[in-house]
Amino acid sequence: MRRFLRNKNFTLGFALSAAVVLMAVVSLVWTPYDGNRMNARERLQGPSWAHPLGTDQYGRDTLSRVMTGAVNSIIVGLVTVAIGLTIGVGLGLLAAYRGGMTDEAVMRLSDLLFGFPAVLTAILITSILGPSMVNAMLAIGIFYIPVFARLTRAVARVVWEREYITAARACGIGEWAITRRHVLPNILSPLLIQGTIQFAVAILAEAGLSYLGLGTQPPHASWGRMLNEAQTYMSANPWLAIFPGLAIAWAVLGFNLLGDGLRDTLDPRMVRMR
Amino acid sequence: MNTPLLGIEELSVGFDTPEGKARAVDRVSFALERGETLGVVGESGCGKSVTALSILGLVPSPPGVIESGAIRFENSDLIGSPPEALRRIRGRDIAMIFQEPMTSLNPVLPIGRQVAEPLMVHRGLNRKEALDQAAQWLERVKIPDARRRMGDYPHHLSGGMRQRVMIAMAMVCRPKLLIADEPTTALDVTIQAQILALMVGLKQEMGMSLLLITHNLGVVAQMAARVVVMYAGQVVEEAVVSELFGRPFHPYTRGLLRSMPDPAGRPDGGSRRLSEIPGIVPAITEAIVGCKFAGRCPHAFGRCREQAPGLFDIAGGQRARCWLSRFPERRRTDA
Repeated sequence: MRRFLRNKNFTLGFALSAAVVLMAVVSLVWTPYDGNRMNARERLQGPSWAHPLGTDQYGRDTLSRVMTGAVNSIIVGLVTVAIGLTIGVGLGLLAAYRGGMTDEAVMRLSDLLFGFPAVLTAILITSILGPSMVNAMLAIGIFYIPVFARLTRAVARVVWEREYITAARACGIGEWAITRRHVLPNILSPLLIQGTIQFAVAILAEAGLSYLGLGTQPPHASWGRMLNEAQTYMSANPWLAIFPGLAIAWAVLGFNLLGDGLRDTLDPRMVRMR
Repeated sequence: MNTPLLGIEELSVGFDTPEGKARAVDRVSFALERGETLGVVGESGCGKSVTALSILGLVPSPPGVIESGAIRFENSDLIGSPPEALRRIRGRDIAMIFQEPMTSLNPVLPIGRQVAEPLMVHRGLNRKEALDQAAQWLERVKIPDARRRMGDYPHHLSGGMRQRVMIAMAMVCRPKLLIADEPTTALDVTIQAQILALMVGLKQEMGMSLLLITHNLGVVAQMAARVVVMYAGQVVEEAVVSELFGRPFHPYTRGLLRSMPDPAGRPDGGSRRLSEIPGIVPAITEAIVGCKFAGRCPHAFGRCREQAPGLFDIAGGQRARCWLSRFPERRRTDA
């Protein structure tokens, strides 16, 4: 643990991301106000003691909405990375141990998905399936499959070449058991690193989709959605855009730094290469 | 007559390389009786390890291909066996230990689980039973405080201790044949002796056969009953250990023996200079018409470069792949 804390990226990233997670957890049990309750008398206020981050055009408390928005972002991050991990890692492991045609098929399929511009295709998918948070997560998650499939295949192939895998095979352990018990545990750190970085990317992507009105639907709070609603009132109340924007930047920076820090500490060879 | 436990007949293994087809193993034949220790000796790249991996069906393919030959183990031909049948033989009937104890254990699994795994696979034991037997085996290979060390990871152990873990992992299912590929090469000399003694003890206790692959003639002299000498993918000499050291026939075997310090440590041993075998091993992609050793052989004559010699009987089971067996007058006494 001390090894991790010595890394500045990790420490800062961990602090920033922990703050986001903490905010989300607290919002589940307590927010200053009900983030969805309108209050016509307190519309479009700047920061004050009563409303530290001000209120929006319906008089809803921005702090409460930023807090519930964090839950939204974390769910999106978790679900999309989970989609990418389960399917992508499965395909990557399969490609690495079967090789040959299976490998070719998986990799060409990945190339195909990589060929599409991710954001545009996510917009396409959500406009076909209908705009909703679930569909936005699906659209982002699909693009994570090739990311994890390629990474998994690359690192798993290296592990398959190791002598301890030959030793395990010489003991008569089946290929699927080797994949599960010997290969997978040896590739967890690159997967963890990539997962953390993709988590940050997902928060950004969901904010983008929600900003375009294709993600989380009103009245649910989402940072991207809040930016979209703030746009109209930018001149009257710039705070309305600044705080959700800051929240997005904070969270994305935090998880990215966390990923970098994990990489630096878990894979020291990468550091020397830089 | 009893059939041998393991019989390799005319085994050829090739590798596809960018420079063309490489014959790593070229019509190799030898047999191993029950309870016997057979040493396979040769320089790096002579095909010893590939031969061993072929027995287990673990030659990486591609690029490796078993081109021809048969590997008979207890009356079944391993080369023709389906992969699943081969897998069931590996670890249960034939086990293998490797040269590099530093890299042959999985770094992220506790050693107890690694030793227990073959038991769960082959004997169908549940985890608790398997771990219990694994602990007994770790005690048997003399890992101090074995039960407490079950949860240790390989990096907690020294090279010698890791090799003991490897031996335990190979032995848990009580195989009939143990293949040891340079088991002591990576270890300190004092540890080497301990590991060899451990292997001898276990072998006698279990009555298994041992195929000992090494480039160390001293280890062979100490451990093996019979020796097969390999050069450039071929068996060049085969003999009982006393004959090989007393009356080596093949010029390559003689060169090997002369290039090592006197194993008996005779009083005059210090006066003899160590000699080397001139030249280098030919690349395995090279096509050689005659004897593969002719280019480095001090006795080579016309025939050697024109026609490849067969494996000729010398006497009493000693065989050598050398034309000198037919033309003894060609042997130069000064070389």
